Amino acid sequence: MSPLVAGLVQVGILVAALAVVYRPLGDYMARVFTTKGHLKAEKAIYRFARIDPRAEQKWSTYAYGVLGFSFVGIVFLYVIQRVQSVLPFNFDRGNVPEGMSFNTAISFVTNTNWQSYVPEAVMGHTVQMIGLTVQNFVSAAVGLAVAIALVRGFVRSQTDRLGNFWVDLVRGAIRILLPLAFIAAIVLIITGVTMSLKSGVDVDGQTIANAPVAGQEAIKELGTNGGGVLNANSAHPFENPNEWSNLIEIFLLLVIPVALTRTFGQLVGNKKQGYVLLGVMGVIWSAMLTVIWVAEANGLRPLEGKELRFGISGSALFANSTTGTSTGAINSLHDSFTGLGGGGTLLNMLFGEMTPGGVGTGLYSVLVMAIIAMFLAGLMVGRTPEYLGKKLGRKEVTAAAVSILAMPTVLLIGAGIAAILPSTQGALNNPGEHGLSEILYAYASASNNNGSAFAGITVTNDWFQSSLGLCMLFGRFIPIIAVLALAGSLAAQKKVPVTAGTLPTTGPLFATLLTGSIVLVAALTFVPALALGPIAEALL
Amino acid sequence: MDNFLKQSWAGLRILLALTVLLGVLYPLSVWGVSRIPGLHANAEATDTSLVAVTREGDKYFVPRPSAATLPASGGSNKGELNEDYTKVIAERRTEIAQREGVPESQVPQDAVTASASGLDPHISPEYAALQVPRVARASGLPVEKVRELVAANTHGTFTTTVNVTALNRAIDSAG
Repeated sequence: MSPLVAGLVQVGILVAALAVVYRPLGDYMARVFTTKGHLKAEKAIYRFARIDPRAEQKWSTYAYGVLGFSFVGIVFLYVIQRVQSVLPFNFDRGNVPEGMSFNTAISFVTNTNWQSYVPEAVMGHTVQMIGLTVQNFVSAAVGLAVAIALVRGFVRSQTDRLGNFWVDLVRGAIRILLPLAFIAAIVLIITGVTMSLKSGVDVDGQTIANAPVAGQEAIKELGTNGGGVLNANSAHPFENPNEWSNLIEIFLLLVIPVALTRTFGQLVGNKKQGYVLLGVMGVIWSAMLTVIWVAEANGLRPLEGKELRFGISGSALFANSTTGTSTGAINSLHDSFTGLGGGGTLLNMLFGEMTPGGVGTGLYSVLVMAIIAMFLAGLMVGRTPEYLGKKLGRKEVTAAAVSILAMPTVLLIGAGIAAILPSTQGALNNPGEHGLSEILYAYASASNNNGSAFAGITVTNDWFQSSLGLCMLFGRFIPIIAVLALAGSLAAQKKVPVTAGTLPTTGPLFATLLTGSIVLVAALTFVPALALGPIAEALL
Repeated sequence: MDNFLKQSWAGLRILLALTVLLGVLYPLSVWGVSRIPGLHANAEATDTSLVAVTREGDKYFVPRPSAATLPASGGSNKGELNEDYTKVIAERRTEIAQREGVPESQVPQDAVTASASGLDPHISPEYAALQVPRVARASGLPVEKVRELVAANTHGTFTTTVNVTALNRAIDSAG
């Protein structure tokens, strides 16, 4: 097979596999969040937590739930890292330093999974399992819950109740993520991914670190988390041993965000509303794949930072999907990509992670962008905009704008300060434009909760640990609070009837508007910064 | 604030319950399943040909350059326009051309670039072919035999690659 054909076959298999599970998984997820009954395990958890699962919450209580749960998650994760030396399976990897523990705790709770640490040298198996693996599950479940709450805002009318956060969280974790991750882990083991409680294995006299990889690998991709069990992440032969495991991992990181558009269509009672979102995501994903793939295939040294078993197409496909989904796992080093290819992975994040975005986060982000698009369309024709039968007034548009603007604000402030700090020079791995790209990429990754890196940059000093930690926090929770406020305000409204003047949101006109808004918002915000980094590099 | 504390308290209990389920029972069940004989049995990385090992001596095939400093896996993270690194690559090319006795233009890309993990066990069929004469000479094996061994360790559905770790073991057993 020529490389082009081989690449296209891989894309074909991936898309076909996604198409097969799209309906059943999307419909199943819709049922999970609408059925009344509780599983025995769920009832036990609610009893233990002293929660009444029938009690519906206002948007503010729902938001306090998200914040409270994330807060205790961060504290718990921080503490177990700081006392690692007394935990079993630590292999003399001692207590994790303060700055690193702080950064890592925020990183995994915000679904970013940015890694300022070298797992093989720093994290023992206990922290990996009871800390990092758990947050891989629950941070994804939080995203899912917030997305469902926003959809309820559209579906419900004249109520101040959005559902029960604890029920949504527990159901997302137990009924969706857990069974899928378990199956995925077994499939990955069959392809050759390792699953060991030992610290390493001897290969012809050389010790290669090992870990309980498969279990974490499965949820790392499925929950669009991305934190490697080993330093080289999905480029490591133990995490991703061959072309088939590679394709499976790409499938896993895309499957829930993609199928959620079906869930959305089901819940709002019009599947076309979901298909149009999927179409927009698919168009941008395909366009970006083409850019990255072509750029990498024509690079000066295309194999630097790539594993031969994945080839250029298998690396480009992974890179595009991991940055388009806020996953941030890597199977090749984006830092060694061409100016255009690396710039493409950066731009994927700057779109705000909605092509198709992370688990839940992708859906709520694209819905917020849809509100912005309808608002722009309303301005053009001079009508109060509507979306899914709800009027988009001052409150709704303000909340949407806050949600959209949080990421660029913290990103540009953080990257701007980092660029002028004298200590940053020593942290960079490459000179010139590419050095600036390393800084931009780091803050884009943190603020968008992606977690991948132009990994040459050394981010272990106090400035990077704390500023990137704050970017992850604000990039995660400002949009979440805004989205829940938006949901509350939508749910309180009456449904407005469809009239001749209503712009249909299932057709190509809306799709074009939405695509244009995604591209335009990113372009207007980031072109100046991109011009100095990847664009300059691509033109040199 | 009261509401935040109340929700955090509930959150802590939920987190503890889910930690038992997702952080203990889940990984241990997956570990248990990985012990089932015949599933693939690579859980303990017994298939060590997954990672590259540098072997001393001219009778062995040479894997790709590695930028990893073990135990940490990883790559160079050098950008395409990094001139210092361009020099490193040029030096590697000269060195390989001399080692194999071929013009520099014949040295393939994978021979001079570092992989992402630093553990990539594979090389391209071109790089393997380049090394065959030297390996045959140093190992005393006939060129045909070495080519056969290379072919036996060449795999891949989408990308055809030669596994150096497995190939060098085959050289050992043949010699």
